[in-house]
Amino acid sequence: MSERHDNSAAKSAILGKIRRSLASVSEGADPNRNEARQEVQERLASRPKGIVPKRAQVGHYEKVAMFMDYAERVSSTTARIGSYDDLPGAITQYLREHNLPQAIVMGEDPRLKAVNWRTEPQLERTIGPSDGTDLVGVNHAMGGVAETGTAVLASGPDNPTTINFLPENHIIVLDANDIAGDYESIHDQLRDMSGVAHMPRALNMITGPSRSGDIEQKIMLGAHGPRAVHVIVIG
Amino acid sequence: MEIKSRDFKKNASDALADATLQKALKNVEAGFIGKRQASVDALPEFEDLRDLGRDIKTHALKHLDVYLEDYEKKVTASGGHVHWAETAQDACEIVRDICHSVGARTMTKGKSMISEEMQLNAFLEADGMEVTETDLGEYIIQLRGEHPSHIIAPAVHVTKDQVEADFRRAHTNLDPNRNLDDPVTLLGEAREVLREKYFAADVGITGANFLVAESGSSVIVTNEGNGDLTQTLSRVHIVLASIEKVIPTLNDLDVFLRLLARSATGQEQSVYTTLSTGPRRTEDPDGPEEYHVVLLDNGRSEMLGTDFEEMLRCIRCGACINHCPVYHAVGGHAYGWVYPGPMGSVLTPSLVGVDKAGHLPNASTLCGRCESVCPMRIPLPKMLRHWREREYERHLNPTPQRWGLKGWAYFARRPKLYHRTMRIGMRVMKYLAPQTALMRRLPAAGGWTKHREFPAPEGKTFQQMWAEREAERGQTKGDAA
Ligand code: SF4
Repeated sequence: MSERHDNSAAKSAILGKIRRSLASVSEGADPNRNEARQEVQERLASRPKGIVPKRAQVGHYEKVAMFMDYAERVSSTTARIGSYDDLPGAITQYLREHNLPQAIVMGEDPRLKAVNWRTEPQLERTIGPSDGTDLVGVNHAMGGVAETGTAVLASGPDNPTTINFLPENHIIVLDANDIAGDYESIHDQLRDMSGVAHMPRALNMITGPSRSGDIEQKIMLGAHGPRAVHVIVIG
Repeated sequence: MEIKSRDFKKNASDALADATLQKALKNVEAGFIGKRQASVDALPEFEDLRDLGRDIKTHALKHLDVYLEDYEKKVTASGGHVHWAETAQDACEIVRDICHSVGARTMTKGKSMISEEMQLNAFLEADGMEVTETDLGEYIIQLRGEHPSHIIAPAVHVTKDQVEADFRRAHTNLDPNRNLDDPVTLLGEAREVLREKYFAADVGITGANFLVAESGSSVIVTNEGNGDLTQTLSRVHIVLASIEKVIPTLNDLDVFLRLLARSATGQEQSVYTTLSTGPRRTEDPDGPEEYHVVLLDNGRSEMLGTDFEEMLRCIRCGACINHCPVYHAVGGHAYGWVYPGPMGSVLTPSLVGVDKAGHLPNASTLCGRCESVCPMRIPLPKMLRHWREREYERHLNPTPQRWGLKGWAYFARRPKLYHRTMRIGMRVMKYLAPQTALMRRLPAAGGWTKHREFPAPEGKTFQQMWAEREAERGQTKGDAA
């Protein structure tokens, strides 16, 4: 790409410097780094879990309650409904309560697609990414993390990333069964049987509406992302 | 940015006389310290997590070459490109060439401290690019033609009234009589102005808090959402990351995520933690078409294996800055380069040379608060002492300071005498500061306490620190000063 910059020369130079610096403190260091390579392969394969906070190691019922509690502490609002059948009603109710138009943008998530939206005929739905003109976006989370009330969303046609950030109001739909205690459990879901992680282009871990403390260190909600985040937990 | 660290003394006394700055700096203590403590208290595992975080980083640094190669393979496999830059200048040229290759004219930028290190904005603007900072704090200082004065709160030195004046001056297409009394309206105005910029940008630049070797992901941790809009809405996403950001696995990332926000802002978690892996996939309806990572060395590889290797564990949380009495008194600009506070006083001489930054290691009272809050347990005071010794050995210090150090040495060689003198001194100082941890008067140091309070002695005496230093000297590799 660049005529001026020789990437492989720069790479060798940097790696060479690293190896020389590291070798200067270890006697008889192996220039091929075979031992180091093996240690790295072992660590990548074993992926030791660090310290999972005790508060995250609780039963399902407590996890759901903890998730909602922590989400509210960071200024999200939450609602819990029995099934996907109740989702259209929960959304229209939220929109009414916040004086928002009955219109949402959403992706093609199969769980959202399967919902019978005809129960709320006044609700206008646009399918696809947000272009920045929508007031309300709805996405389905791949999971929730109880220890900090964090919703985790994977990019793709099902749940376009722009919906997480452009609309002023973000409604996140989350299946109660997908609420884990800790971050590690969510990351586990991205790995296949042989332990290889399959990442979406963007994995967004969202903990509350956007905010800034950049003017005199006082926190204000609604910076560049949504001003309001509403999490609807199902089940 | 131009290195002005040698002028620390003058910068500092100007800062002390600047009433507006002094008002703004009050927000550092008020805004960060109590919140950090509350969030730390709420997580019983926090201290153990600090040990673990330290150990993971140490492991990653000992295997840095291997992790970087593994990381690169994963990025390439996900359709991204990794560019290796030995120097800041190389990194600037790489970014410019990427911009040229896609015919880019406009760029948005999320917060990136290494782009400050690279002086990237000036470089690209000279090449005809329009660069817009999108983090509110960065946007404010860009309008003011300034540099960040804090690594996580770049505009902490600016008051609300100054922001209002800057917005009126810059946003000339808006009603000049609009009411901007409420800071929320300022935030709203920045939001509107910057929305247009995201959509218009050809290239979006972000930094990276971490690079994950397991998955080839770059990770940003933010509160505003600007970094996400920057990378989602532009055609090309360029990640700027220094080489020491790589960590082994996603499980390791989780350890750091439990430490970073609590140490930085006292949040249990930041609002947005985003893992980006490669460009938009064929079926994706949004996201950048190209994904580039620029890996910058700029002196870091040479810190490995030295007394300053541990500084490479730094996750840029800013806790040491927030808890530093010198920073509270003089703010970030006095330090004269990109990184202020204790972490800056250690890092700057490592990256730009002790000759250009020689006075920074003296910009510290060695009170130890920085180390006590550093999530990576970086022994900042010890490293500041290393720099002071080298500076002394190289005779870069003005004479009075060298005499002062000779005095230390005299006492240090006579432990009993030193101990006695110190005990008396401690008692006197305690008397002067009976209630609080701060003192208003320090005997024989009127020049110091005229402008600020001096922390009353707590913790270790110089004698203990000296003993530790001597012990460590035997163990660590001392490279020739
Ligand atoms: S040195 Fe420690 S406390 Fe300071 S910014 Fe780095 S990690 Fe944070």
